[in-house]
Amino acid sequence: MKLHTYNTEETQALGKSLGELAQPGDIFLLVGQLGAGKTCLTQGIAYGLYIQDYTLSPTFVIMRELHGRLPLYHIDFYRLDNITEISELGLDDYLYGHGICVIEWAEKGADILPDDHLLIKIKWVSDTERAFEITARGDRYHKLLEKLRPAIKELTKD
Amino acid sequence: MKILGIETSCDETAAAVVEDGCKILSNEIASQVEIHARYGGIVPEVASRQHTLSIIPIIAAAMTKAHVDWSDIDAIAVTYGPGLAGSLLTGVNTAKAISLGRGLPLIGINHLEGHMYANWLTDKTPEFPLVCLIVSGGHSDLVLMRGHGDYALLGRTRDDAAGEAFDKAARLLGLGYPGGPVIEKAALQGKDNVALPKARIKDSHDFSFSGVKTALLRLVEEKKIINANDAAASFQNTVVETLVGKTVSVALEYEVKQILLAGGVAANKALRQSLTAHSPLPVIIPPMTLCTDNAAMIAACAYYKSQSGYKSDLSLDVVPGLKLA
Repeated sequence: MKLHTYNTEETQALGKSLGELAQPGDIFLLVGQLGAGKTCLTQGIAYGLYIQDYTLSPTFVIMRELHGRLPLYHIDFYRLDNITEISELGLDDYLYGHGICVIEWAEKGADILPDDHLLIKIKWVSDTERAFEITARGDRYHKLLEKLRPAIKELTKD
Repeated sequence: MKILGIETSCDETAAAVVEDGCKILSNEIASQVEIHARYGGIVPEVASRQHTLSIIPIIAAAMTKAHVDWSDIDAIAVTYGPGLAGSLLTGVNTAKAISLGRGLPLIGINHLEGHMYANWLTDKTPEFPLVCLIVSGGHSDLVLMRGHGDYALLGRTRDDAAGEAFDKAARLLGLGYPGGPVIEKAALQGKDNVALPKARIKDSHDFSFSGVKTALLRLVEEKKIINANDAAASFQNTVVETLVGKTVSVALEYEVKQILLAGGVAANKALRQSLTAHSPLPVIIPPMTLCTDNAAMIAACAYYKSQSGYKSDLSLDVVPGLKLA
């Protein structure tokens, strides 16, 4: 599924819809350059999970845990450059836990991440515009994507 | 009163003995910077394994340097958050074991509160009310302090912390890690001639450093950065001006007596000089070694908390997302 957003509010609205539809154990992989809007989308996901706190960038600490309707494990592979470094992190408790995992720079850890997931690619188009490409891998995520369609229609109707 | 402080919230394993909250008898730190430089930053699992290896030798070194033995120590203070869970656990469990084994009172300390108390280890005594700017890899907080233990959070970052912005900028410019020191060094050789945006958030004392990072990235991508030193100088100035501008305006708005600086980024010379130059109020800045993570600040903070009767017990647990107020 492809769509464009034209400001940060729309990007957050897309994230919020995802957060509202999220179920325990869901894994959302985010791929996009620095400044593409990965943390911005995650802020929306957090709103959708009724998380009150700010969603700060997890780059420095690699993982930030937030609590709302479900726990949100906000993970960032930006600083990690090889698969050994990532597998040394001991992420399995989060990946196979009962919260939602949102992983920024997920492409760096593709080989050790679960096969079933929602892949969200974000491209910088202009200062305000972003292009999204959302792909589902596995049953759970195909169903999720179907449920997301009406929300996206609403978001892009103007 | 002599307090043994223990700090393991991030990548430094530290122990210190401080007397009466102001006299440092010892302040030992085992840094993991070299180990983490390879990764361009801290890796949580690696950090917690290193803490486990260093904690006992560091405590022993702190006791020896202070010329004290266990009978001289009156309490154990330890950071229980915020920080990396695995790292915090090493310090907290060690402190609990000592507290139980030696029958000493245990005092759990908030790492951010500890940073502010580095200012009580200087030759000046802070006066309330005051505003403290805490800037580190994970935080950019403006705190109003009306008395010991009385805090109000006036502003904070909405995205990247100041230290994190330095790390990302250093990486974008190919300058290495840790970002703060390498940007500072490059900036000395450069000129502030690259235009970068300053985030202005309406009706709020919050910070945002995501925009300046993205702007720098665009310039790098479009090959508009001719001299990395100039870009470093411009970036550093933009961040410093934002931090100093907000801190001074908040301090005046709340009519405080003093401004305090704390946290790892407070070791940045440009920030230290700019705040001192632009503040109409007295400014206290801890020496460099007390700005970065250390255990003396934890022991100092514990002294003032213990004066008001505060203590923890063996149910003390780590709180990675611990807040100040």
